[in-house]
Amino acid sequence: MSRQSLNLSGIRKGFGQTQVLKDISLLVREGEFLSLVGMSGCGKSTLLRIIAGLEAPDHGTVHIGGRDVTDSDPSDRNLAMVFQSYALYPHMTVRHNIATPLRMRKLGLAARLPLLGRITASRRTLAEIDAAVAQAADTLQITHLLDRKPAQLSGGQRQRVALARALVRQPAAFLMDEPLSNLDAKLRAHMRDELVALRRRLGSTFVYVTHDQVEAMTMSDRIALMIEGRIEQLGAPDELYHSPATLAVAKFIGSPTINLLPAEVAPCGVVHVHGRATGLASVPGPATLGIRAEDVRVTASGMPARILREEKHGPDRFLTCELDEGETIVLRQKASEPTGADENGKLCLGFVEDRAHLFGADGLRREMRLTEKVAA
Amino acid sequence: MRRFIPHLVLALGAFVMLMPFYWMALTSIRSPAEIFDISLWPVPKEFTGVQNYTQAATTVPMARFMLNGVIVCTGILLVQVLTAVPAAYALAKLRFPGRRLLMILVIAALCVPMQALALPLFVGLAKAGLLNTYFAQMAPFFLSVFAIFLFHQSFRSYPDEIIEAARMDGFSEMEICWGLVLRGSFPSLAAFSVFSVVAHWNDLYWPMIVVNDTALAPPPLGMLFFSDVETGANYGALMAGAAMITAPMVVCFLLARRHFVAGITMTGVK
Repeated sequence: MSRQSLNLSGIRKGFGQTQVLKDISLLVREGEFLSLVGMSGCGKSTLLRIIAGLEAPDHGTVHIGGRDVTDSDPSDRNLAMVFQSYALYPHMTVRHNIATPLRMRKLGLAARLPLLGRITASRRTLAEIDAAVAQAADTLQITHLLDRKPAQLSGGQRQRVALARALVRQPAAFLMDEPLSNLDAKLRAHMRDELVALRRRLGSTFVYVTHDQVEAMTMSDRIALMIEGRIEQLGAPDELYHSPATLAVAKFIGSPTINLLPAEVAPCGVVHVHGRATGLASVPGPATLGIRAEDVRVTASGMPARILREEKHGPDRFLTCELDEGETIVLRQKASEPTGADENGKLCLGFVEDRAHLFGADGLRREMRLTEKVAA
Repeated sequence: MRRFIPHLVLALGAFVMLMPFYWMALTSIRSPAEIFDISLWPVPKEFTGVQNYTQAATTVPMARFMLNGVIVCTGILLVQVLTAVPAAYALAKLRFPGRRLLMILVIAALCVPMQALALPLFVGLAKAGLLNTYFAQMAPFFLSVFAIFLFHQSFRSYPDEIIEAARMDGFSEMEICWGLVLRGSFPSLAAFSVFSVVAHWNDLYWPMIVVNDTALAPPPLGMLFFSDVETGANYGALMAGAAMITAPMVVCFLLARRHFVAGITMTGVK
């Protein structure tokens, strides 16, 4: 199976007055699974459509495997795209749907005509196409559905047909535009596993657009997190989770959302939260401290708070607490352990200091170091 | 009682619409003596249906009129669809400068009545020496803005993602337009065909202007020749002729009815 790198440089795109993509450069390596993640309207789908050739960039170039395809038609790029709505041809059977990409490339116009085609098409080419369709159907376990029409299939089955149609042509790369978002939660998790397995088997390059950070975190080699037409951070899923480059990345990645506390770094460098000194030091100035739910601890002394809500998630429990100063903090605990609150639901909160994140007033990450512990 | 009122109102409407047809059928089997009888009793005192229909079919070349009607209607429909479908596809699904303006022009053109164009068209055809031809009967209707509008409304709802998938698979725009989008709008095509064929089968105005040769006359003009021939007016035979030329339309509508209704409800055009 062919696989190629994708290289975007200096891509800009606007619709009317709004700049949707602001100077995007991105290299997707050969055989890499890269997710484009972001809120709706961040430009991730537009970027994918520019790679596919369905939109032309106002500025910048697209290279596939070293070849400049910026001005090529979508069909000349040898990319396969899986759409959110699957986009199966409604009047064709599954077999015909899967065969279509090959028929369009291997058969001339005359051979594609409904009746004439049977006479003029070369038998060998038709046999090759049939074999490829059978193999793709077998890979996705839809052989028994080949003679049905898309309308007779369930969402998950349509998804498989769309995947089969994509992989039958052995593309340079797969482009996926939120392919799982129309499936119910259980099927989505299942298809996620199947996609990962499929990708491992094919070793192809994947560009995967999603707004669901769980999908991106679980499937990708690298994630490009997009915000307002820019790539905010590009890196491995762990990198985005454990060292977010900006406040926006920290807020987007992770569930429940990261806890944010207003902080002040004193001239001496010590980080203060609500007037309390912490064991952290950084560059002086106003800042925001980010703490993941699993890094919040119930401590003997610390920030006084009370429990607002308790959510059970099987082995884990999320406690939503309100600090006396007003902020809401979510913490994650083992469900088997006691909450640590008194009978009135009051408790004191601290956090694992070396896993906290500090962001300056400009939203950028500030490096921190641990200081001598002064009673937290 | 409440439940029956809508049905009653609808029945009244249906009665008003169907009455002329019934009257036509009834008159076509009555004898001249009974023509002006106010009674609507379906069995005539003297059954002269056979004579009436024979007279209508033999006095004038009715089959010829029908054939002319078929030729004209098919020709018009064919060119209308061939031109309107790509135009509607472009307006509905392609992005190009001036698209909105063109769409406004299409809608504006819907408001121009045939009568306003009759004189220049007639003069043009006369200068070109094309009067008394099939072409003269068809040409003014080749480009149908109504068809463009109707197809545009229905093409617009075709999923963009399927079109994009087709582009990535290597379909040409024409293949997308005819093979995918029109195929998905089949009810609109059926609805438009019925509209077009009925309108031009029944058209008297334009053929009367450009044709005076009996051999080229479509059915309504033929009927006019027939009533001229039969001065003194045998209404029974006249109605028999009318029944004969109406029948194909009724059959055509009944066959396409399901698609027709789906087509007009889908596009919201009445």
